[in-house]
Amino acid sequence: MEFAELIKTPRADNVVLHRPFYLAVEGTLCLTGHHLIFSSRRQDNAEELWLLHSNIDSIEKRFVGSLGTIIIKCKDLRIIQLDIPGMEECLNIASSIEALSTLDSVTLMYPFFYRPMFEIVEDGWRCFLPNEEFELLSSVTDEWRLSCINKEFSVCPSYPPVVIVPKSIDDEALRKVAMFRHGSRFPVLSYYHKKNGMVMMRSSQPLTGTNGRRCKEDEKLINATLRPGKRGYIIDTRSLNVAQQARAKGGGFEQEVHYPQWRRIHKCIERFNILQESLIKLVEACNDQSHNMDRWLSKLEASNWLTHVKEILTAACLAAQCIDREGASVLVHGTEGTDSTLQVTSLAQIILDPRCRTIRGFESLVVREWLQAGHPFQQRCAQSAYSNSKQKWEAPVFLLFLDCVWQILRQFPCSFEFNEQFLIMLFEHAYASQFGTFLGNNENERSKLKLPQKTMSLWSWVNRSEELSKFQNPLFEANSLVIWPSVAPQSLQLWEGVFLRWNRPSKFLDEAHEEMINIIKYNKELQAKVNALRRQLAQLQTVDRMQENL
Amino acid sequence: MKHVEQVKLLDRFSTSNKSLMGTLYLTATHLLFIDSSQRETWILHHHIAAVEKLPLTTSGCPLVIQCKNFRIVHFVVPRERDCHDIYNSLLQLSRTAKYEELYAFSYNPKQNESEQVKGWQLIDLAEEYKRMGVPNANWQLSDANRDYKICETYPRELYVPRTASKPIIVGSSKFRSKGRFPVLSYYHKNKEAAICRCSQPLSGFSARCLEDEHMLQAISKANPSNRYMYVMDTRPKLNAMANRAAGKGYENEDNYSNIRFQFVGIENIHVMRSSLQKLLEVSGTKGLSVNDFLSGLENSGWLRHIKAVLDAAVFLVKAIAVESASVLVHCSDGWDRTSQVCSLGALLLDSYYRTIKGFMVLIEKDWISFGHKFSDRCCQLDGDPKEISPVFTQFLESVWNLTEQFPQAFEYNEAFLLQIHEHVHSCQFGNFLGNCQKEREELKLREKTYSLWPFLLDERKKYQNPLYNADFSPELTLLEPNTVSFNFKFWRNMYHQFDRSMHPRQCVFNLIMNMSEQNKQLEEDIKELEAVITIMMGYIPSCLFEDRAKSRDQISASDFY
Repeated sequence: MEFAELIKTPRADNVVLHRPFYLAVEGTLCLTGHHLIFSSRRQDNAEELWLLHSNIDSIEKRFVGSLGTIIIKCKDLRIIQLDIPGMEECLNIASSIEALSTLDSVTLMYPFFYRPMFEIVEDGWRCFLPNEEFELLSSVTDEWRLSCINKEFSVCPSYPPVVIVPKSIDDEALRKVAMFRHGSRFPVLSYYHKKNGMVMMRSSQPLTGTNGRRCKEDEKLINATLRPGKRGYIIDTRSLNVAQQARAKGGGFEQEVHYPQWRRIHKCIERFNILQESLIKLVEACNDQSHNMDRWLSKLEASNWLTHVKEILTAACLAAQCIDREGASVLVHGTEGTDSTLQVTSLAQIILDPRCRTIRGFESLVVREWLQAGHPFQQRCAQSAYSNSKQKWEAPVFLLFLDCVWQILRQFPCSFEFNEQFLIMLFEHAYASQFGTFLGNNENERSKLKLPQKTMSLWSWVNRSEELSKFQNPLFEANSLVIWPSVAPQSLQLWEGVFLRWNRPSKFLDEAHEEMINIIKYNKELQAKVNALRRQLAQLQTVDRMQENL
Repeated sequence: MKHVEQVKLLDRFSTSNKSLMGTLYLTATHLLFIDSSQRETWILHHHIAAVEKLPLTTSGCPLVIQCKNFRIVHFVVPRERDCHDIYNSLLQLSRTAKYEELYAFSYNPKQNESEQVKGWQLIDLAEEYKRMGVPNANWQLSDANRDYKICETYPRELYVPRTASKPIIVGSSKFRSKGRFPVLSYYHKNKEAAICRCSQPLSGFSARCLEDEHMLQAISKANPSNRYMYVMDTRPKLNAMANRAAGKGYENEDNYSNIRFQFVGIENIHVMRSSLQKLLEVSGTKGLSVNDFLSGLENSGWLRHIKAVLDAAVFLVKAIAVESASVLVHCSDGWDRTSQVCSLGALLLDSYYRTIKGFMVLIEKDWISFGHKFSDRCCQLDGDPKEISPVFTQFLESVWNLTEQFPQAFEYNEAFLLQIHEHVHSCQFGNFLGNCQKEREELKLREKTYSLWPFLLDERKKYQNPLYNADFSPELTLLEPNTVSFNFKFWRNMYHQFDRSMHPRQCVFNLIMNMSEQNKQLEEDIKELEAVITIMMGYIPSCLFEDRAKSRDQISASDFY
């Protein structure tokens, strides 16, 4: 298919761009296969706006006489308005944008056409391979092995080709366990806590059904992670009620009789459309400047967004607590094990493992616990807060995870190597990107799409010093401790950097932030200078003493 | 000194019932708890708002103490008898009947008499009016109230329009509640516009007063750049109308020439008191859910009130900055809402009030001198509980909201606001004692107590905002805050100041503050080092220096191997 067919009017002049808190600008609008480009040629301040079609969540059109107006709502939550003279032009442009922003085929997406303009230092597709992760693990324990059982994605379509499992369990047993778990997602290693050798595993729900089916291999597999005489915890991310109802559909949970060494704890983390609705309501509330205080607070409450944040953080703290404080191993799952499970396992690692609080470590965490673990990014991030379609697969699961990380970052502002911008960048790229990293729903799809060969990895771009410097936290001081966030409602805050980003002028806050960075930089400079001078003085004093001795 | 051992201090929010064991001491001024690791918790008797003895439990008798600085401590005393004793003592000690028994009268900071006098002279309001540019061609100092004859709750020195003669002043004051006639609160030099303040007129349904009408006209005419003036009634319209039945009320636009009348709807002290009560009930709940917190926050109305106060100030500032119009502000008696709106308006207009010294001046002027009833509102003496209201706390919270929006515009930081809040209730210094200047003079506070301000200035390092930029940009002289609802946040550091588990574990602000302080020291160090090095370079022949330096490097290198 040619994009040109979709672009009936490639260019319109005398278009006026409106954005909140900026003066309206007049300029030329161009449509290309993947971008909407607006450029104003005003002498005093020429500017260009490039918008990926895939970033467009929804568009609305209005007409007053022959002047058409298009309101574009983006997945990064920004809203812009374009006034386009001429009814026909406006209709053409609107329908082109609509068509180009809702292309069905993944291979038509921008990442397949994007040619990087930067030098690739390190290919992001080759970073964070499971083997490297396993090597790290092997240096501290030999109780685990790499299994290639899923090499052709034949056992579990949503798992990567290689997974880490207990050494004592062979592939034959794994095959049986896979049959017993929803979507064949058998328990695999998620995290090894070096401090005490306890582990966190993740899986999907067991298929016990109404008649309490059991699977000896499954029991053996998870028991293999327990120390003799010790109990473990199963954190089910569903309420007991939901878990019980799942039995009717063939799912279920681990029953005490068959897993006597495990204590099951139910936490209630919401899923799918409940989260999507929550996001839609929250953004609606944030975008309405006219709300009086009562209405704002009740809308914020009704969105339930912060409740979700609290629930997820609470479950993650619980998992971390079991491992670090109780010295017990943990298995986490919900239904499919691709959403709330990953929120819990990845956040628990942020709490427990200082490595995950570095830039590199966090990237590795996103790759391991989200991309390779089979979080269906393409389904979940197809639409954002302005979607009108009632598809049931969209959900801001990853955004909620990032929000939780931001909450911890706010409470421990010196313990993270990255800053808030890094998290916002990941949010943007998960929804619309020139890079292939977040395309597809799992490794299986990615390998079929040949993404590593045909697209550029986000990490190739991010991990260059020019880019990294934007995402570094100047206050970072490595903190090897476990960090326990407060989950009291008074300690949680609305993530303004995402949700109020386009709704208020940020000049004064930005300038203050810059000033803060200047103070830190200046401090480092001064310290370096003092040290240099001290060395010089020490040298002079030695020379001076020698001179006296002569 | 009475003391009880084996007392448990419970953590207010811990779910695992964490507690500290220690000894409780009762001194003449403080309740002191020293835990087993020798950490001390001091609670001033004056800070105690309520003491409650809960039913006996197996581990002892629980005693809950609520403080005016929002600290809540929960002790468990092993023996009921001890608990009862402490309870009774605290009840007595926290309720003072006479001013002379307040801590300020016994507090001795080891200052000599001349320091004490100088401390009180630190803030000079005459100086402040001079800074604003009065007296001038249109405004003058009036001696009408020199002996508190016209208005007992006003200060002696008042500034009024030159054209307002004594009979006009006297007439106007008779037509205003508690005699609080319109006087100057802030003068904007560039716009030649004024913020004036007063109490409600005794207009009832139809009464009028020519002198009062003249008074407003005089204020209007004192502003050459605008014909009309605004009259802001800071109350909700309904309340103001209800007051008419009691012979009070608001200005009738038909009787006053060239006024624009506006209600701004800030609620009264009783609504504010119960609002805070509700807020504290919510924030004090253990195991609170997000939705209960948000709906509790909404139901308390607290943030709505803060927004209303700030919205009123923004309205006032627009009238002055955009229209160059003078504004007369009043509420009922003109000492609560009027103080809030006038002082916040001035703070938005004039960057001086955003400095540490300027903020002290602002509080002295619009709150202390104009008779905000600190004693009644903060319950310094055992009195009518219906007079208590967090009006000044709301003012501080509004300022805090502004510091959040304009992080570089204020010389002072949050700790400064919290410290002032602490001392408004502590009764440790004389500034906030009593309800008006006349009362303070009668108490001879300047001889018998100390002023808070010099102590805060001595510690100014603690209260400085490291991001402050005095000449940030000229546009910042005027602050135009965004009062969209989402900008108002729950002030955790005020209402949970003592609940450490709620706060970020690492504080960026403190780090930057220390760094900024350290930078000054480092700059000094560099100067010194450079000076020493220059001197030494002067008397060591440079060739020798290089030779020896080389050989020294070799020596140290070989030492290493």
